Amino acid sequence: MKNEKLIELVGVTKSFGTEQVLKNLDLYILDNEFITLLGPSGCGKTTTLRIIGGFVTPDTGKLIFDGKDITNLPPNKRQLNTVFQKYALFPHMNVFDNIAFGLRIKNTPESEIKKSVGEMLSMVGLSGYENRSVVSLSGGQQQRIAIARALVNKPRVLLLDEPLGALDFKMRQDMQYELKNIHKQAGITFIYVTHDQEEALTLSDTIAVMNQGIIQQIGTPEDIYNEPKNAFVADFIGDSNIIDGIMVKDCLVNIFGVNFPCVDTGFGNDKPVDVVIRPEDVILTSPEKSDMKGTVTSLIFKGVHYEMEVMARGYEWLVHSTKMEPVGSEVGIYVEPENIQIMHKPRSEDEEAASVDE
Amino acid sequence: MKRLSAFLRGVYIALIFALLYMPVALMIVLSFNGSRSSYEWGGFSFVKYEALFNNEIIMEALLTTVLLGFASAALATIIGTLACIGLLAMKKKLQKTVTTVANIPLLNADIVTGISLMLFFSAIVGRMNNVTLIASHITLILPYVVLNVFPKLSQFDKSVYEAALDLGASPIKAFFKVTLPDIFPGVLTGFLLALTISLDDFTITYFTKGQGINTLSTLIYTNRIRGILPEYYALAALTFIAVLFLILVMQIVNMRSATSGNNRAKAQKNNY
Amino acid sequence: MLTNKKSLWLSGPYLVWIAGFIILPLLTIFYYAFTNLQGGFTFENIVGAVTDTANIKAFGLTLLLAAAATLIALILAYPLAICLAKLGLKKQKVFIFLFILPMWMNFMLQMVAINVILEDNGIINYLLSALGFEKIHIANTFGAILIGMVYDYFPFMLLPIYNTVSRIDGDLINASKDLGAGAIRTFFKITFPLSFPGVISGITMVFVPAISDFAIAEMLGGGKIMLVGNIVEMSFTKGHYYQGSGLALILMAFVVISSLVSGGDAEAEGGAILP
Repeated sequence: MKNEKLIELVGVTKSFGTEQVLKNLDLYILDNEFITLLGPSGCGKTTTLRIIGGFVTPDTGKLIFDGKDITNLPPNKRQLNTVFQKYALFPHMNVFDNIAFGLRIKNTPESEIKKSVGEMLSMVGLSGYENRSVVSLSGGQQQRIAIARALVNKPRVLLLDEPLGALDFKMRQDMQYELKNIHKQAGITFIYVTHDQEEALTLSDTIAVMNQGIIQQIGTPEDIYNEPKNAFVADFIGDSNIIDGIMVKDCLVNIFGVNFPCVDTGFGNDKPVDVVIRPEDVILTSPEKSDMKGTVTSLIFKGVHYEMEVMARGYEWLVHSTKMEPVGSEVGIYVEPENIQIMHKPRSEDEEAASVDE
Repeated sequence: MKRLSAFLRGVYIALIFALLYMPVALMIVLSFNGSRSSYEWGGFSFVKYEALFNNEIIMEALLTTVLLGFASAALATIIGTLACIGLLAMKKKLQKTVTTVANIPLLNADIVTGISLMLFFSAIVGRMNNVTLIASHITLILPYVVLNVFPKLSQFDKSVYEAALDLGASPIKAFFKVTLPDIFPGVLTGFLLALTISLDDFTITYFTKGQGINTLSTLIYTNRIRGILPEYYALAALTFIAVLFLILVMQIVNMRSATSGNNRAKAQKNNY
Repeated sequence: MLTNKKSLWLSGPYLVWIAGFIILPLLTIFYYAFTNLQGGFTFENIVGAVTDTANIKAFGLTLLLAAAATLIALILAYPLAICLAKLGLKKQKVFIFLFILPMWMNFMLQMVAINVILEDNGIINYLLSALGFEKIHIANTFGAILIGMVYDYFPFMLLPIYNTVSRIDGDLINASKDLGAGAIRTFFKITFPLSFPGVISGITMVFVPAISDFAIAEMLGGGKIMLVGNIVEMSFTKGHYYQGSGLALILMAFVVISSLVSGGDAEAEGGAILP
């Protein structure tokens, strides 16, 4: 990843009918970066991608590519290519003609096309498939052809719109690994759209979490997972306990009448806050060791760990642990101070997007 | 750019729309024209409607058209619906062969179908009569019934029918109580489409009707030398309204069954 | 459904119908076409049908007329199908309904209405003279028949094309643009090839009734223009069954050839005119 801005969206808004899909969006993307736009359906991630691709024109705002304003440039004039959600392979052409499409548009000599297509096919592991009909291929194979068709044009940026959405679980995992490899080999920028947080965490250099047309948080996967900025991000990335708390003073938060030491400062005294605690950070102790006492209400074996629910002071705590406590047993709850995340409660309308929809 | 092309598309749609509707609109407007001339406006009047209802020959042809339509559509619907049950039980290859042959009247030129039926009937019964006419219409419209009913029947969940048998219903009772209500939208649209096509037919009727019998189409055709009668304007207006009604009903039945089908698909999805 | 064997019987009336009223009547045409007045086997009816100069002229005229009607319908319908496919989904359904609706006005009354418009003292000429222009003479000409055919068969061209065009995934068009193709190249490389089955089906559905027509020619041509259909019709009304069958068989050959070209998908074609 170089530290140069390749693409910049400035103050982009977009409405479809009365529904505002993007609200004054600012985002920059670095050269060679693998960035993922992550969020639930309807959050504006696909619209953002389509604006970059040129299939949607923003109502206001600018799209800058390599220093030039390309807001109104038609898609066929942009130096980027897209891998579409359902691949959008041309059904009346065979594999070779699909991949050769972009090169033929540029009047590339046929001998060169043959060479480039051959290289692409070997890169995606489908050499020898030139004359196959695309409709006869499996989902995973179609996926690779779609990637080859885009990359053969040597774009500066590859846009991927939920490319693994149509594949089954095993195939997704294989393709994730392969996509990462292809990104390394191609050495270009990947902009990836998904609603699957695990996929985003695995693949990306940078993740932009979106909700209701606003970027909630942007950062490395580690940042986003460990330091979620608000309740929405915390809830969307992995499972979380999101609890109403009161910040008594710096480094001390009161949860349901029990004081927990934490590491956050600057929230003021006796202010209501959201407290986020990851389920794997909840430590179950014997009841006498903690003031937060509860009863285990459910227990499921998840393979790597046990998932338990503990009812304590009217809240159902989600707990992941390798140690099992049977249903009905009395436990105490303990959390290390640095594992407690304190967040402001949303105040304005805009910040409502940052809260968790119930 | 985008607005301009959307505007141009709108203009083109409006243009073709106007051209297609011009004849119909003209006939309806002029049906209220008091003057005998086709275009000079002689004031709003129902004289053409009066003339129509007093014209016994046209009224008789209208009655013949409607009776022929209902009789042949009803018979075709029964034969066609039963046929679908049988077709479903056939092996795919046989089913394909049978429907291909049955669809010949759909693909073939009407004049060839009409002549073939006429030659055949004159060979076996001599002269054409009402029976040959109805039989010919059924031949023409049967494929439409099957095309409407068959998809519905093949989507029908067999286990529901089997459940009815399991609960003690006889096969015939199970068919009427369970299967028929489910495929009824298809049967109804099949019937209505068959009716509409029968009402509209000219060529098959022309070759297979008995002497002295006329439907509206053949009557207008035989009287073509006499020019455009005032009654035609009123007739055009009324028949158009009637057909509009038929098609609207068909459309509504189709949409309803489509939405209930969607709901069912959703319900099934939720089960998994 | 019942037991399989029993339910097979339910299609009995249908099978009898197919045999009695489709297969046998077609065989009767074959019988007459290859039989002479004495009841012997002959090719004369066929040979006569294609060597008679009046017939050859009629064939030429019919093919020309049918080709022209098909071409004009295609030129008018294709852009319309594209325009309709770009509307919102709900609007599309309403418009398609509206565009096939006039087709259901009684066919003969359609012909009457077109005559009202085209007559020497009809609407068009009334308007022309009111505006101070010369009257034009279209009624009872080749042109009038052509207009009638295009009008009557237009929905048969529109629907199959619309059905293919509207099913083209919008992302295929986007993909083509994404890969560098402009609007024109996208049309010729993607949209048109993908709509081709609809175009072929539309051509067949207009061409077949057009080459076999006699009623439109009679109603709008004033009995002056003889198409193959008119000759066939006259042979039968005059009782010349043998020659008539010969000619009808040739007509059928044209029909078979055109439906073979389109793949003869009766279900798609029948389905296309369903409202």
